[in-house]
Amino acid sequence: MTTTYAVLSEGLEKRFGEVRALRGLDLAVAEGTVCGLLGPNGAGKTTAVRLLTTLLRPDAGSARIAGLDLVREPAAIRRRIGVTGQDASVDGDLTGRENLRLFARLHRVRDPAGRAAALLDRFGLGEAADRPVSTWSGGTRRRLDLAASLVRRPEVLFLDEPTTGLDPAGRNRVWEAVRELRADGTTVLLTTQYLEEADRLADDIVLVDRGRSAHTGSPAELKARVGAYAQAVVTHADALPRAAAVLARLTGTEAVVDRERTAVGAVSTDPTLTLPRLVRALDAAGVPLADARVSPPTLDDVFLRLTTTKEAPAA
Amino acid sequence: MSTLTHGPAYGLAHDGIALLGRQVRRARNNPGLLVLTQTMPVSMLLFFGYVFGSALAVPGAAYRSFLVPGLLAATAAGGIMTGMFQAAQDVHRGVTDRLRTLPVSRAAVPLAQAVADTVLTAAGTVPFLLVGVAVGWRVEGGALAAAGALALLLLFRFACVWAGIFLGLLTRDEEAAGQLGGATFLLPLLSSAYIPADGLPGPLRTAAEWNPISAVTTALRDLFGNAPVPEGAAWPVAHPVAGTLAWCAVLLAVFVPLAVRRYAHGER
Repeated sequence: MTTTYAVLSEGLEKRFGEVRALRGLDLAVAEGTVCGLLGPNGAGKTTAVRLLTTLLRPDAGSARIAGLDLVREPAAIRRRIGVTGQDASVDGDLTGRENLRLFARLHRVRDPAGRAAALLDRFGLGEAADRPVSTWSGGTRRRLDLAASLVRRPEVLFLDEPTTGLDPAGRNRVWEAVRELRADGTTVLLTTQYLEEADRLADDIVLVDRGRSAHTGSPAELKARVGAYAQAVVTHADALPRAAAVLARLTGTEAVVDRERTAVGAVSTDPTLTLPRLVRALDAAGVPLADARVSPPTLDDVFLRLTTTKEAPAA
Repeated sequence: MSTLTHGPAYGLAHDGIALLGRQVRRARNNPGLLVLTQTMPVSMLLFFGYVFGSALAVPGAAYRSFLVPGLLAATAAGGIMTGMFQAAQDVHRGVTDRLRTLPVSRAAVPLAQAVADTVLTAAGTVPFLLVGVAVGWRVEGGALAAAGALALLLLFRFACVWAGIFLGLLTRDEEAAGQLGGATFLLPLLSSAYIPADGLPGPLRTAAEWNPISAVTTALRDLFGNAPVPEGAAWPVAHPVAGTLAWCAVLLAVFVPLAVRRYAHGER
């Protein structure tokens, strides 16, 4: 069986004056899956989305969206995609209902009013629906923006940092919507700065590092390759060497000692290293333990481990 | 869901009408800009009309009758400002990008903005003319000529909005567009909108007479029968109706393709 790709790109490049925003982006997003583009600010995620949604023209490279050529068939692509940008891009002077009706009409949906009402209902926007969007809260506006990208069920949905700036409740709503869309068979390409978000939503994660796809894999694979961070805080500085030895044995990497905080830490790529195992091993070695933790990797950890440059990304 | 089987003209009309509705609702929900741009000429009519009017003598006409056509033309030129501001606002707020990711005819968005602006201006002209009548202005020529004057005025507005849309898409920033747009208030100062240009010294007179606002103003004064066409003026003012049509043709020929192209391609 052959996989059909909803988004397929090869060597996409984009330059803004002296700045090389993208320097070779390769993507292969299978139909019906969720792909997370993960990277820090300035990695090129937004440029990638703007290119793939026909807002920008690539300087080099090629891409096919829903089987259509990005450069030669942009109009046909626009009929098949939905886009939600980083900033809410609905018309603040119109009400929510007016916005959705307009977008539905422009998408040639048969019953724009009915479609608008259904979407308002689905995203819990009924109450605010008839007030100008400029009076809405940020989170509510983002939900409207998401609804706007679904007026005509898209084959491929692009979401650029859909949860940045949302409160936990708003974030959960967006996550839920993405899961529902995936269940309906929509392909979703989303960008995020949060490993946790990519982990929860994506079938595949593409690490974007300074305009390139640095690594592609499933969240589990990514985490396994990066590993967790094991840390122990001891009650006496005397116990630090013993604790460091235990950590080194468990993780297979050299432990870093922090004398000031009387702590030792090490990165572990061993998925069987759990907090109970860590505590038991330290206790068995007679380490007077004040605190211990095994934390999931952060975005910084991922970048430190998986990008060639070994430079921490700018926050 | 229907598929697109219609030609580009159908697409332009369909999308244009949908977007026209947006512009009208936008004005209704947020009438500030409209109210400001339409009350400004009323205050200027009262201020200029009574302050300057007592000091200025205009050959062959009462100053306030002379001023009403000038303010109409100057206000129409303000289409550069409203066009620029709204286009920049849409870019700034991401609405332009949203529309550009939709299957929308590329010319529909600027066209709808220009048409909506012109229609709303036409409506705003009515209260202004009523105030004009109250301070002594009259249609002193034929009704047909007066209708022609209003048609020329709206055509000029339409052309100015296109210029504004292009500049707004170029500026991309609401605030900068607002400030730059404010500068358009200076344009009528070097024209015959508020003063007779034939009283100006040589080079200033030439500059004023080649200002499109002078051609429009002179055409309106002539068609409304408020003041005669000045003698020995540059061609667009000496033949004000043809001059106005020519200016509009030039503005549209330059700025319609520029604005549509800029809209379609964005920053890419």
